Amino acid sequence: MTISLSIFIPFLAAIFVPFLYKRIHSRKIGWFILLVPLVLFAALASFIPSIAKGETYTHTFRWIESAGIHFTTYLDGLSLIFSLLITGVGSLVILYSIYYLSERESLGRFYVYLLLFMGAMLGVVFSDNLMVVYVFWELTSISSFLLIAFWYHRKKSRYGAQKSMLITVSGGIAMLAGFIMLHTMTGTYSVREIVAAIGQYTDEPLFFFAMLLILLGAFTKSAQFPFHIWLPDAMEAPTPVSAYLHSATMVKAGIYLVARFTPIFGGEMTWFYIVSSVGIFTLFWGSFNAVKQTDLKALLAYSTISQLGLVMSLFGLGSAALNEGHSANSIIYAQATFAALFHLINHSTFKGALFMVVGILDHELGTRDVRRLGGLMAFMPITFSIALIGSFSMAGLPPFNGFLSKEMFFESLVNVRNLDLFEVGAMGTIFLVVAWLASVFTFVYSMIIVFQTFFGEFQPERIEKPSREAPFGMLVAPSILAIFVVGIFFFPNSIGNYLLRPAMAAVYPTLAGAEGLTPQIVAWHGITSPALLMTIGVIILGAVLYKFYRYWRGIYTIAPLNWNLDAAFNANLILLEKASHFFTRLYMKGYLKDYIVYIFSFFIVVVGGAILYTGSYTFDFSNDAPVTANEYLIVLAMAVAGLSMLFAKSRMSAIILNGVLGYSIAFFFVVFRAPDLALTQAVVETVTTALFLLCFYFLPDWKKERSPIGTKVLNGLIAFAAGTIVTVLALTVQGNKMFESISVYFEDSYQLAGGKNIVNTILGDFRAFDTMLEVVVLFIAGIGVFTLIKLKTRKEGQDFEDQ
Amino acid sequence: MKINDVILQTVTKIVVFIILTFGVELFLSGHNNPGGGFIGGLVLSSAFVLLYLVHDIETVHKGIPFDFKKIAALGAFLAVGTGIGSVLFGNHFLTQAAGHFNLPVFGETELSTVLVFEAGVALTVVGVVVTIISTISEDV
Repeated sequence: MTISLSIFIPFLAAIFVPFLYKRIHSRKIGWFILLVPLVLFAALASFIPSIAKGETYTHTFRWIESAGIHFTTYLDGLSLIFSLLITGVGSLVILYSIYYLSERESLGRFYVYLLLFMGAMLGVVFSDNLMVVYVFWELTSISSFLLIAFWYHRKKSRYGAQKSMLITVSGGIAMLAGFIMLHTMTGTYSVREIVAAIGQYTDEPLFFFAMLLILLGAFTKSAQFPFHIWLPDAMEAPTPVSAYLHSATMVKAGIYLVARFTPIFGGEMTWFYIVSSVGIFTLFWGSFNAVKQTDLKALLAYSTISQLGLVMSLFGLGSAALNEGHSANSIIYAQATFAALFHLINHSTFKGALFMVVGILDHELGTRDVRRLGGLMAFMPITFSIALIGSFSMAGLPPFNGFLSKEMFFESLVNVRNLDLFEVGAMGTIFLVVAWLASVFTFVYSMIIVFQTFFGEFQPERIEKPSREAPFGMLVAPSILAIFVVGIFFFPNSIGNYLLRPAMAAVYPTLAGAEGLTPQIVAWHGITSPALLMTIGVIILGAVLYKFYRYWRGIYTIAPLNWNLDAAFNANLILLEKASHFFTRLYMKGYLKDYIVYIFSFFIVVVGGAILYTGSYTFDFSNDAPVTANEYLIVLAMAVAGLSMLFAKSRMSAIILNGVLGYSIAFFFVVFRAPDLALTQAVVETVTTALFLLCFYFLPDWKKERSPIGTKVLNGLIAFAAGTIVTVLALTVQGNKMFESISVYFEDSYQLAGGKNIVNTILGDFRAFDTMLEVVVLFIAGIGVFTLIKLKTRKEGQDFEDQ
Repeated sequence: MKINDVILQTVTKIVVFIILTFGVELFLSGHNNPGGGFIGGLVLSSAFVLLYLVHDIETVHKGIPFDFKKIAALGAFLAVGTGIGSVLFGNHFLTQAAGHFNLPVFGETELSTVLVFEAGVALTVVGVVVTIISTISEDV
């Protein structure tokens, strides 16, 4: 129950932010917002002891029985880690943002989006029902879109927001298709039930496609190659957002998904190869490209891509453990997953700290270009220390937590070479070499962050503001993260035992409780351990490459290494726009006449076709009441009005003739004893006639139609056919009863709904849902008319672009 | 467009009140007799439309200083709100409740949440119709 609540609390808080912001119109509002993640973090942290004992918590709101969609929350080790990251990093980011954002920004909007994101993200990790997961998943994309475009007056922000939205949402839709496939196979949307039942479905053809589609969703969200291109552009968001969404939490949603689905798809060869090779390649490509970046934030973006690839590949390697079931080998392979979870936490700490450092540099100096920075160590000692801790941890150096997980990463790669599954063979060695090379580049860009920013020559003339240490408040959040970076190195096993052990049990339900599934994390493996040798190799080669960067940076211009996927994306987007423009122009002519022709032709084809297809054109007049004289009179009046409308000389007379038609229908209702309908028809007719008169007042005089005779004949034919079809339809409905009439049900309206007026009970009770939605639609239409008319005058007004 | 038709204006003054009363009557009698929220709202809005036609917009706005957009919003809120309200009481969405009360003037009267729902419908109809017509006519 606490868990279900914890999803809703951020949303509820988001509703109240605008009201609060009206009262407290300053940065102090951040302190109130900060309460939300702090309270949630404390509440979730209180679950750690019981989760560590192996307990899990579920809570279900029954929702849509017929579709199998329920609001089920599930707390186990895996979701606990993610939720602690979401609320923990969230608290620090909000604390940081209080000092980072200026009071002139619309802080209310910022915090609404941030809380929205927090709630959605908690929803993703806690929900057990796939449909609910999907909804929250897309909600994170949407809130990310809003946050990237927070400075929407900048063109780049809008571009970045659109790009991330397009890529992640299309991945999300693929994932939805995958979820539906899983449902088709297993008949349930519950992840836990699917995990339990999937064993018997692995041979179904859908199984493979479901896996592929779900991976597509995970890869787009976690910025894996080739979908990584949105992440660097997402850096247009304010830095607290980048630290939170685009390094610590949202991009890890894809990783969460892979971890969550490992018990379902893990052990399959395709899953193993796709996840680990995409991960390894992303690791390499990200770190390789990070080195050439000059903007520190872009550098961090590529480094995030690369680190996400690392975690992803570890999950891929670890999935091999599920192939064999319970055996000594499985335990060894499962260590990769352990390393993945460990590195996930470590990455959030050091990367969060680094993003905040870059934010401080940007905030204090007005630039984050490496070429313009230098020698800042003397001016910003605390910032420097944090940057040093973060970067060295990222590079995999002791005594920081990155060293531990990096070592475990190397170890897992070494173990994979001995894997006698899936015809690994040479692939294992390739993985090892590529990952090692990637780590070398990781070392190089980590050094760039530290040495090019804080050492070297100070260039006061190239930075915009005088350099000084950041205010205390801004340093608190990254300092806390830096303390974690060091603290985890010295006490890794408290994390291992309390957080990682239950998470491992969640990823490997079949191996849960096995001896050695969660190893003791040790820093020193002995001088001959291959991991340590690899680390030493990374340091030596990395240092050399860093020193001589000038001489080898030419390789970034060589053919396959300078390929730009962004250009391909943009070209595609333009092509898409052009194509859709072309096709739309084919039929959107801008003439009302043409549209009416389309509508009626479609109507004739569909309805006429259906009548022909079902063969239901037999008429049955036997049950009809006799037609009386006054009914003939009304029909005559309508016919005369309809025909004379064709020859009307002015709009005014046409409107009035149209009114005659409408009122005659009202008369029909009177004759057929339907007072409600008659009343409604009469009033609607009055109001619409007034509206028409009003609108037509602005139109030019009615000109005689001048179109070729062929068009006229065609239009005449369509009009005639439409009329015939309607008549035939009315007559066939009478003659062919395909289903039992349901109108008997409503006759008991007084017993069922307490009203004697059947029409009204249908509107207000039986079909109240329709009425409610109609009301909403009506309201939206009214607002639409209002905005269309009122806002058009401002079109030539000011230009929103300022950059 | 300013129309200066004394007869029409004089008649309107009385007729508008008849229409408004009729609209309210239709709205209230809805559950057991012809009428209801939608038709009641339409009749009410036709009264306003008549006022717009006879007098000019500024005069009407002075006399009836409501923001009809807000009325429409309130209506939509009421209609959706009654639906959610029943969920809060543990029933299905949009379940309506009714009870008999002894009111001082009206005597034994049936009051039900349908009334709130229908009021929402009526307010939305009035709000939207008047908003549309007044925005279009203001756009000269």
